[in-house]
Amino acid sequence: MLNYRSPETTPLVRLANTGVRRNGRWLVRGVDFSINRGEIVTLIGPNGSGKSTTAKTAIGVVKPDEGQVERIQGLKAGYVPQKLAVDWTLPLTVERLMTLTGPLKGREIEEALAATGMLHMAKAEVQHLSGGEFQRALLARAIARKPDLLVLDEPVQGVDFSGEIALYELIKQIRNRTGCGILLISHDLHIVMAETDTVVCLNGHVCCRGTPQAVSQSPEYLKLFGRRAAGALAVYSHHHDHTHLPDGRVLHADGSITESCFPGDGHHHHDEAENVHDHEPDCGCGHHSRLQGFEAAEKRDV
Amino acid sequence: MFDDFFIRALVAGIGIAMVAGPLGCFVIWRRMAYFGDTMAHSALLGVALSLLMDLNLMVSVFIVASVVSVLLLFLQRRGALSTDALLGILSHSALSIGLVIVAFMTWVRIDLVGFLFGDILAVSEADIDIIWGGGMLVIFALIYLWRPLLASTVNPELAEAEGLKPDRARLFFMLLMALVIAIAMKIVGILLITSLLIIPAATARRFATSPEIMAVLASLIGALAVAGGLFGSLHWDTPSGPSIVVAALALFVLSLLPVGRRTEHASHSSHGGQR
Repeated sequence: MLNYRSPETTPLVRLANTGVRRNGRWLVRGVDFSINRGEIVTLIGPNGSGKSTTAKTAIGVVKPDEGQVERIQGLKAGYVPQKLAVDWTLPLTVERLMTLTGPLKGREIEEALAATGMLHMAKAEVQHLSGGEFQRALLARAIARKPDLLVLDEPVQGVDFSGEIALYELIKQIRNRTGCGILLISHDLHIVMAETDTVVCLNGHVCCRGTPQAVSQSPEYLKLFGRRAAGALAVYSHHHDHTHLPDGRVLHADGSITESCFPGDGHHHHDEAENVHDHEPDCGCGHHSRLQGFEAAEKRDV
Repeated sequence: MFDDFFIRALVAGIGIAMVAGPLGCFVIWRRMAYFGDTMAHSALLGVALSLLMDLNLMVSVFIVASVVSVLLLFLQRRGALSTDALLGILSHSALSIGLVIVAFMTWVRIDLVGFLFGDILAVSEADIDIIWGGGMLVIFALIYLWRPLLASTVNPELAEAEGLKPDRARLFFMLLMALVIAIAMKIVGILLITSLLIIPAATARRFATSPEIMAVLASLIGALAVAGGLFGSLHWDTPSGPSIVVAALALFVLSLLPVGRRTEHASHSSHGGQR
């Protein structure tokens, strides 16, 4: 069994105070987090909060304008971008999509397609797939190359609720089987994948971070989502110390207003979200043991 | 049976169609049809400069087309004007500057129609060597660049994230386009080069089940169009370039006919194993 959170291992990727600037404006600034092998980090935040930019910075597609990004030597990334439209003039089957960025053995292709439940669609053209099937095909492509780090930018977009739960199950299995690190971008501000080790909430900077609570701990959510969802989804409660006002200024918890909330202004504190892990899982599905037993290994000083 | 000049034109034309096929597929996939047109139009500026400075025609066309494409990439990055406006400006100004320079050079007589629409009589033995030599170079380069080019066509960030170099692939692709334009100019003419890139590739799409098959089919269809067009050109005494384009169009229209259209499932025939 892989030791997922051995503290002495070097992180796959470590972002230290990174910022990306475009056209004189900071898209995102002051981002700190790291991803270890076997760890799932979820980025959440409103539209335009810099989630995709941060993920791209982590894998080296975007170069940071400040701060450092450290990657382990020869890091092999598997990437599922947020938007990917294959022009219909390009005849591309699911099978051919698998070897888009590198050669693979036939067996590796089959395994990845089987793992994502897409084996029966191997000969289908990607343009004919539904949203959920296409996401599965992209996921299969990304895992087939056996990456160290899997970066999934809103992998559940265009997927219905039960499909979303199934995809999260699948992502969990991939992590458990391969022990790769996963950087997940979620479109939802409050509901994240239950297996997430660290949630980082962005809004042009790190607003807050912490661990999610299992849905099963909240009877309301359980009623809303059902027991099957309870195993895959978790609730993340935000602990922000400031609010972004419509004019771009920032209202802090102490009532003061500043032009920005960048850490350098002296007002901002990165709070660790509260960890709740003294409840017993009440669904009995066994999915919560990891979450329940998880002590805040990621506790940081920022 | 046929005169030497006709055989020469046929050999040269088929050589061009072979490279235009795969390159044209990328032009379609990447939606660069107008981009190719702009590069081709700039070829007349290359012709004018070659006459003015006594340079080799193909070399000077290649250089001008490359410069125009790099200039376009640069202007696109600046992002002041939309790409199609930039293309419109560059395309027609390069063509017009070329025409104006040629008009000033009263001491040279050039066959403008031949340059614009192609002239099968103009193909020499040396041209054939250059076309096939340059064509081989383009094919080998394309095979070498195939994976990064295809991956970055689907998504450049994905290609970069997974260790390919999309920017480099794109730059080389531009240079290959410039090279094909330079060697194809005599046969199909400046104004019609892009159609030899696009029409056979579009015709191939219907029958293709993978990008690789589409590229090969586009080459074969292009060769067929060149042969048909040149025979027509000889028979009816029409300019070679337009005749080839008309033949390519005829093949395209034929491909649109519903006759023998394979169903989705049948078209996913066994073609596994390409990597």
